[in-house]
Amino acid sequence: MRLLTHNMLASNVRGATTGYPLTLEATNWCTKEVELNSDFIRGLLPKIDWRALVAATRAIGLPELLPEEQPPEEEIFAEGAADVEGSAIRRIHHALLEVHVQEGSLVCPDTSRCFPINKGIPNMMLHEDEV
Amino acid sequence: MWYLCVFYHRLLDYRRPEVESLAELFAGPGARESVEWRMPENHHVDSPFHLVRLPGDERLAAQVANRSLLVKGVYELWGYGTTYEELEKSVREYPDERKLPFLVPESSFKIVIDSFGKVISSQEQNEIIQSLTYIPFKGRVNLKKPDHRFFVMETDDYGSNNGLPPVVKRSIFFGREVGAADRHLLPTYQLKSRKYIGPTAMDAEMAFLMANQGLASPGKLVYDPFVGTGSILVAAAHFGAMTMGADIDIRVVRDGRGPNCNVWSNFEQYKLPEPLCLLRADNNLPPWRPGLKEMFDAIICDPPYGVRAGGRKSGGRKLIKGVKGPYTVPDEKRDNHIPSTAPYSLAECVHDLLHLAARMVVMGGRLVFFYPVLRGEDGTANPQFPEHPCFKLITSSEQILSFRYSRVLLTMVKVAPYTEEIEKLAAERHREFRENHQKWMEEGNLHSAVFEPAQDGKPDRDSKPKYRGKYV
Ligand SMILES: C[S@@+](CC[C@H](N)C(=O)[O-])C[C@H]1O[C@@H](n2cnc3c(N)ncnc32)[C@H](O)[C@@H]1O
Repeated sequence: MRLLTHNMLASNVRGATTGYPLTLEATNWCTKEVELNSDFIRGLLPKIDWRALVAATRAIGLPELLPEEQPPEEEIFAEGAADVEGSAIRRIHHALLEVHVQEGSLVCPDTSRCFPINKGIPNMMLHEDEV
Repeated sequence: MWYLCVFYHRLLDYRRPEVESLAELFAGPGARESVEWRMPENHHVDSPFHLVRLPGDERLAAQVANRSLLVKGVYELWGYGTTYEELEKSVREYPDERKLPFLVPESSFKIVIDSFGKVISSQEQNEIIQSLTYIPFKGRVNLKKPDHRFFVMETDDYGSNNGLPPVVKRSIFFGREVGAADRHLLPTYQLKSRKYIGPTAMDAEMAFLMANQGLASPGKLVYDPFVGTGSILVAAAHFGAMTMGADIDIRVVRDGRGPNCNVWSNFEQYKLPEPLCLLRADNNLPPWRPGLKEMFDAIICDPPYGVRAGGRKSGGRKLIKGVKGPYTVPDEKRDNHIPSTAPYSLAECVHDLLHLAARMVVMGGRLVFFYPVLRGEDGTANPQFPEHPCFKLITSSEQILSFRYSRVLLTMVKVAPYTEEIEKLAAERHREFRENHQKWMEEGNLHSAVFEPAQDGKPDRDSKPKYRGKYV
């Protein structure tokens, strides 16, 4: 499960008010290289909840990867930034698409219901009595 | 400019929509509407020979043809006749400034003789080539990698063999090839040699057609909420799109048949970028966070209809038994509990899909999915397709599966934004479906009628009507 997915998910268990953001607990994660596409990131970024993304990077133990506040667009998409090691766009790309949680869980902030992540697949299915 | 567009004689209903979608993909929004079609004289619309006007220059025509699956070739038409004498007259009349640049000495060329519905012997082919002396070819012949390929295509009376309305007169076309489908993709991606497939995996050709209808291309994000073994996303990824998928069946989406035989390995097999996300989720209760919308450029899917691969949804025994009050899973069973599911009616499944797409597809983005249709006694189908205020249906392509039913590939474009009002209505509808689960299972039962196995267990092929247009 990439952190992009974490950013999109919520718990819809009965009794949850917003069920969001889910607390990420990662027992096993890895990185997988994904080709950087600036236009794709540009389209994606406005839909990303920056706080939740930062929280997720901290939860897996990468506190330095992203700053507390989202850098301005001019900086992220500055000419040539994609080719500069450590640039904002590279870090964002890495955080969203290259970090892959293999084993762990997503915990509902309202009900503490735990959704397991197993073999990289979050299991968001509810039990009969949670619907 | 107008071109001769020759199609493969298959999936007839899918052919023009594919060209129109690809025109939109390569020439930009709205280009679809500027595509025009005509039939050559005396040709029925099911004929492989069509005339098409495409926006832009020849490069666009080449892009469209090369990316397509069903275009055998797009040609600049130099001449047409019902006899070789007429053809000669017509080619001679075609302006020299259009012809000569392709006949210069520095270029290489090849002439191909092709026919539809008849066989031309190699001797006859040679004679035809010899007869073209009125075209001043100055270049070198190169059979392997010519700069220019010229086609003589002949057809007459092709109706007799395959149930098509016959062409009254022989037609002969002479054209310069501009582009053609790359059907080599099909043996590469055929399901037979794919590592992980299931009983409802989408065959490669149809998956590519679906990806074309969804305008899959680099920088776009495609979602399949019924991802199964991932066959539709594989096609979208081949065209460069990023992909995401979900399925209610954890064994299918997570486990597959082992560590090297699962949805991920299907992407690895073709050296495609793996999906950005695979998850187990019920499309009846999608787990997207509040406020999230317009994430996907397209949703492309084959929803679960039918008895063999019918849809399921969360709520299981509680819904099936019609339990109104509290219903609990005992605590000691909770950890390893496998939730029971209830059947998912066609009506509800389609409602959920349209609602999901209304929320999660970008404006101008596409929803592409199959819809089952019952055929009438006379072999015709007059289906009522699902509607949604956010979507406009742009094409429906029927594929007849048996005497009784068809599946129709619907392509819709998001034309209106998702609003709070639409969200509220959908939530009410969702409640209504839950509260009246039993009733919907009985009423919304088209899919069972349609997909029930034939009585004797064999598909009723013999009862196919003679007209075979949409069967091929
Ligand atoms: C017709 S199959 C699609 C197969 C897929 N195209 C493939 O390549 O394998 C439908 C899929 O929908 C899944 N499904 C059924 N009900 C569902 C639901 N409520 N939510 C999500 N997926 C569901 C089934 O498990 C099945 O894999």
